[in-house]
Amino acid sequence: MSDIELTPDEVRHVATLARLGLDDAEVERLGRELTSILGHVNTIAALPIADVPPTKHSHENADSLRPDVSRPGVSRDEALRNAPDPTADGFRVPPIGA
Amino acid sequence: MADIDVIGLTAERAMGLLRAGDCTSEELAQAYLDRIAAVDGDVHSYLHVDPERTLAAARAQDASGGDALSGVPIAYKDLLSTKDVPTTAGSKILEGFIPLQDADVVARGNEAGLVSLGKTNLDEFAMGSSTEHSAYGPTRNPWDLTRVPGGSSGGSAAVVASGCAPWSLGTDTGGSIRQPAAFCGLVGLMPTYGTVSRFGVIAFACSLEQVGPMALTVRDAALLQQVIAKDSPNDATCTGPREPIQVPEVGRLDGVRFGVPWAELEEGVEPGIRARFDESLAIAKSLGAEIVDVELPYSRHGLAAYYVIAPAEASANLSRFDGVRYGLRVDGKDIRSMYEATRDAGFGPEVKRRIMIGTYALSAGYHDAYYVQAQRVRTLIRQDFDNAFAGVDAILLPTAPTTAFPIGARLDDPLAMYANDIFTLPVNLAGIPALSVPNGLSDGLPSSLQIIGPAYSENLLLRLGAAFEAEHQFDFVPAAMRGGL
Repeated sequence: MSDIELTPDEVRHVATLARLGLDDAEVERLGRELTSILGHVNTIAALPIADVPPTKHSHENADSLRPDVSRPGVSRDEALRNAPDPTADGFRVPPIGA
Repeated sequence: MADIDVIGLTAERAMGLLRAGDCTSEELAQAYLDRIAAVDGDVHSYLHVDPERTLAAARAQDASGGDALSGVPIAYKDLLSTKDVPTTAGSKILEGFIPLQDADVVARGNEAGLVSLGKTNLDEFAMGSSTEHSAYGPTRNPWDLTRVPGGSSGGSAAVVASGCAPWSLGTDTGGSIRQPAAFCGLVGLMPTYGTVSRFGVIAFACSLEQVGPMALTVRDAALLQQVIAKDSPNDATCTGPREPIQVPEVGRLDGVRFGVPWAELEEGVEPGIRARFDESLAIAKSLGAEIVDVELPYSRHGLAAYYVIAPAEASANLSRFDGVRYGLRVDGKDIRSMYEATRDAGFGPEVKRRIMIGTYALSAGYHDAYYVQAQRVRTLIRQDFDNAFAGVDAILLPTAPTTAFPIGARLDDPLAMYANDIFTLPVNLAGIPALSVPNGLSDGLPSSLQIIGPAYSENLLLRLGAAFEAEHQFDFVPAAMRGGL
């Protein structure tokens, strides 16, 4: 893979995927920084290792399951305690798709 | 009232004072609270201290008598959830958040009778190597207040080095226990992946991170590891240690084979760090150990692989911070603009960088080229270690290539900041344990030896570490801390 340089539009696209509202100064700065970091990351792109199996997790064979027995969960009051805008029985959010 | 000097007081000695009846838990807790009041304004290692809560917990231990560690104080990294006590992860997005449950490791501490002194500062969501990325301001290194304490567990290191706690818990995703331990002259243990529960640890990169002890001595680190290394029904990746953790005695190293990956030391290691490392090798030989050449050819790609895998996991884990269920909300005209405004206001620059890298690496068209390729490198790094451990008992490297750097020196150069973890992060990618032990000073600042072992070799590492510790005779009290600041 050749060196990549992220354009402002690409940075905005990634920010949209990540649900980060960036201002123009952040878009400019992150474009520069990500280009530099991904340039370093790219040093592994050309390694001829396509036949090597990927490791997703260093403890892949772990299977530490607890007994399937019900136990108390979090109560509604507790679940709502830290919410920035709770109602009596739920989380209030702004309109979806307004 | 007992007159207790907490500066340089090990947890083991604190335990001795308590069990001998030389002081009460309350008196000991008060002595630490006094110390915190005297110096933490300058060091800024705690984010949350609640003296009344601490003293009440100490009185409860005095009343119950109890176990060996009953009444010994401790500090917890503010990435660890504490029931009814604010937990921020060093982020504005969690300001005011009050967890409903204790992290398993905190619950284990409570069961052992440990008394919490408070929550320690960290790089936001544990992303950083200097604690400068905390939304609540940097922590300063007790050895030199113009320098960083390392990170991300910089607060957990600084509290111990400044005498504001006898020991602490940190978390390590790429070096975040070992490097701050190195910068502050402490012992730090990164345990084998899956031996300590991550339940209640605010998640950054689940496949890489573990909780571990930071302490003045190897024996203290072992004692604290005994407390936290337990199987847990709350974490399906946690199976506990394979054998009970032993508190080591000092002995010779006859027959021990240490591997040194010389190629990794060729670039970027400060001369003083290299000199202390060579002295450690001489000590190993004088104690009867053999030094063997090993190769870790894929280690040099660890930094690149890590900065795909860790941000990828982080971008997924941090999607939960959306202004709905907890933490900050910034209003918007619809839910999407609320999400974006909340996350823009709530996350700091380093967290945004990593979310962006991770999101990019996982996005359509790039997933295989970046994420899967990094996971292949991870396989090769694990194989490198497996191959090396076929011929040696443990691998020696410096913990960090430099001593503590000045505050601000690397803030504008993310790659230079990341490069400080080159010797630590391959260990996380492999999921194996490593112990960092001070091995002297370089220009007045602590230097550190890292001892890396195969999975589940904690007892070996602690025994080896105790041998180096006894020979190095490192004075872990910073000169500036002796008479107060």
